[in-house]
Amino acid sequence: MIEKIDLSLVDWSRAQFALTAFYHWFFIPITIGLTYMVAIMNTIYVKTGSEEWKRITKFWMTLFGINFAIGVATGIIMEFEFGTNWSYYSWFVGDIFGAPLAIEGIMAFFLESTFIAVMFFGWGRVSKQFHLLSSWLVAFGASLSALWILVANGWMQDPVGMTFNLDTARNEMTDFWAVLFSPIAINKFLHTIASGFVIASLFVVAVCAWYLLKKRDLVFAKKSMIVGAIFGLISSLFLAFTGDGSAYWVAQKQPVKLAAMEGLYNGKTDAGLVAIGVLNPKKKIGNNENEFLFKVEIPKMLSLLAYRSSKAFVPGINDFVNGNEEYNVEPTLSRIDKGKKALNALITYKKAVKESNTSLAEESEKVFRENYRYMGYGYFKNPKDVIPNVPFIFYSFHVMVMLGFYFIGLFLLILFLLFKDKIQKYKWLLRIGIFSFPLGYLASQTGWIVAEVGRQPWVIQDLMPTMVATSRLQTTSVMITFWLFVALFTSLLIAEIKIMLTQIKLGPESKKGGSNV
Amino acid sequence: MFETLTHLQLQQYWWVIVSVLGAALVSLLFVQGGQTLFNVIAKNEDEKTLIINSIGRKWEFTFTTLVTFGGAMFAAFPLFYATSFGGAYYAWMAILFCFVIQAVAFEYRRKKGNFLGKRTFEVFLFVNGSLGVFLLGLAVASFFTGSEFTVNEYNQSVWQNKLLGLELLFNINNIALGLSLFFLARVLGAQYLINNINDVLIRQRSRKQVYINSILFLIPFLFFLISILLTQGFAYGNDGVVYLEKYKYLHNFIQMPLVLGICIVGVLLVLYGMGISVFKNSIKGIWFSGIGAFLTVFALLLVAGLNNTAFYPSMSDLQSSLTISNSSSSHYTLTAMSYVSLFVPFVIAYIFFAWRAVDKNKISHEEIKKDEHIY
Repeated sequence: MIEKIDLSLVDWSRAQFALTAFYHWFFIPITIGLTYMVAIMNTIYVKTGSEEWKRITKFWMTLFGINFAIGVATGIIMEFEFGTNWSYYSWFVGDIFGAPLAIEGIMAFFLESTFIAVMFFGWGRVSKQFHLLSSWLVAFGASLSALWILVANGWMQDPVGMTFNLDTARNEMTDFWAVLFSPIAINKFLHTIASGFVIASLFVVAVCAWYLLKKRDLVFAKKSMIVGAIFGLISSLFLAFTGDGSAYWVAQKQPVKLAAMEGLYNGKTDAGLVAIGVLNPKKKIGNNENEFLFKVEIPKMLSLLAYRSSKAFVPGINDFVNGNEEYNVEPTLSRIDKGKKALNALITYKKAVKESNTSLAEESEKVFRENYRYMGYGYFKNPKDVIPNVPFIFYSFHVMVMLGFYFIGLFLLILFLLFKDKIQKYKWLLRIGIFSFPLGYLASQTGWIVAEVGRQPWVIQDLMPTMVATSRLQTTSVMITFWLFVALFTSLLIAEIKIMLTQIKLGPESKKGGSNV
Repeated sequence: MFETLTHLQLQQYWWVIVSVLGAALVSLLFVQGGQTLFNVIAKNEDEKTLIINSIGRKWEFTFTTLVTFGGAMFAAFPLFYATSFGGAYYAWMAILFCFVIQAVAFEYRRKKGNFLGKRTFEVFLFVNGSLGVFLLGLAVASFFTGSEFTVNEYNQSVWQNKLLGLELLFNINNIALGLSLFFLARVLGAQYLINNINDVLIRQRSRKQVYINSILFLIPFLFFLISILLTQGFAYGNDGVVYLEKYKYLHNFIQMPLVLGICIVGVLLVLYGMGISVFKNSIKGIWFSGIGAFLTVFALLLVAGLNNTAFYPSMSDLQSSLTISNSSSSHYTLTAMSYVSLFVPFVIAYIFFAWRAVDKNKISHEEIKKDEHIY
């Protein structure tokens, strides 16, 4: 079962997944968020009957459509890639992981695709109320699909509701509700869709700011901006709230990730939260260098946020590597040992079953069950190998958090000036409004880095290392498809951006969706 | 209610569900067929716009059905998902690329600022409708013709052919099914256009396409069907041991008369739909051929996986062949998923309702001029 794995294959498989996920996530936040704003605008239109709001709804709907198409295009790859590039993973956890994906298809994708057709082609063909209902159903469908895929992702971070079946050599679901309502999954879902809402709001604000700077379509721009800023403010507050929840659950379930997020090597009680810091590049696990060249800390905050008590002990990276008896942290070598016991017990079990040796089978199953929790560690030799890349996670986390707070301030300020009807005078703020849109992506992509790179080397926390999960392909095959994806997705992205910009320049007055004819 | 079913019953139930999705996918390929026809049928830009908008309002359903088919396979038969996608890598990747380019093509084709040019997106649509469909047929044919892979005692599968799925091209039966699917999609596409577009010339030219493509479809399809019925199939006993059985698929039809009935009715409906489209000036051909295609494919997939038949045979090691029993999810997961499957009729109902609402009036030159969201 333990075989030599070509690491370049693993790296290329990861690179391809990261690339396709990165592109997919470029479009999905706007889909998730803008669809709600379109539904809100459509509601105002149906309530007031105002032609202005109809125009506003249609304009944003057009931009939504351009973005939606490419979101779908980049999404189909994601679903099948689990099979194409992570074949061993697909069997090892398919019994649990496959279900949310199928449910996503049956419950969410059909809802989205059916009612999106009504939303786009239903104007004048169906009643206003049915059309409005359709736009809300699209919004609901988009969030529902996010729910299922994030439940699947949450389960990888904290595998619950399952047992390992030695005969089939895989994990099998025993409690669907535990998988669905796992706190990690629910927090992840809420935090992720909130980030989508914020990015979409930043998009709306940026487009409107551009109109205001150009002194055109003023009424349209201000009205849309109000929707964007209010939606953005509420979402960014919710984002901070769910961010706190996510960090709390990371502390409970993935403490190594938390240590990396904070650059914490030596665990301590009354741990402070690093607000801003520069890591010492010379710091390595096991040496005596200082962790930081410079840092500003909020005292006791980390203990408080992570364990809801300012006095709590927060374990650091060294505690995981070497163990900490006082606080009951098991050394990694001991986990590695248990992991090897589990793997060997599985091999013995298989042999015993083949030879019909019942007592040996029972005995090895017992050993396996005792050590199963750490099965994935059995693939490693060096304790340092189970620690993620600290600087990458640390900086990603801090960039994300800082930007998160920045967005709250930005939406507040914009909203204040909108209600005072003075926003046009503040050209610098309008310019900041435009340039903050890419910052939204920076924040959410760094967030994904924290979540996904932060859990390395695991694809399933503690159970399956990423390197074991890949399909056994030739590295060149993956390289070929990787570069094809780069070429195709990049061209489509450029096309999307150019179409989007042209459409924005044409503005809400243009008819026929900006087509050439 | 599903808890009381045995594991085998649940596996059979899920094979039926997967077959329904596969069959629905094939009948919805009229979108792809239409994508290969607009350059043949349309003689000017206006007509092309009509055709592309007519099929463009439906493309997402085909796409979503494909995605759901993949998801259902993952959830119900994860070992198939792991083996086939991770093994026939190039074949599946090529299919996926064909669908990626479709998803943007309708929306971006005529949009200003689209730097790749209108023509590129039309080529995308054509590639999706031709290569994409052909490759799907190729992949499905391997359910009958087999592939080269092994599965070890830990259920880890390794593909044994270095061509990673491209070797499927070297089997005449695979090619035959690929071509059948391609021409069937064109027949359905033309029939759909006849039904959906209120334009004399487009209807006339579409009828001609139904005629030509029906003949082109029937030749490879009959070849595939007959050779499958006469060849040996992959059977397994109650002990799970896989062996070759002469006329296995023919036996399956005889031993499951209901499936045989479905297949015969399906084929007859397809033929009837073709007939009334070509000879009777009817616009209803799509309904008959569409439903007929659904029933035929449904029956073929049932024959591939039920009645102790290995649905994903391995040519490298007979005992590595995947059956609904050795590749499926656990009893618990299949039960949970079965409850989710109860949503399917509800989904079909709202799709039907929404389509009817949008399609109340046939598309025409006048109608499209009034439309504000056109492709």
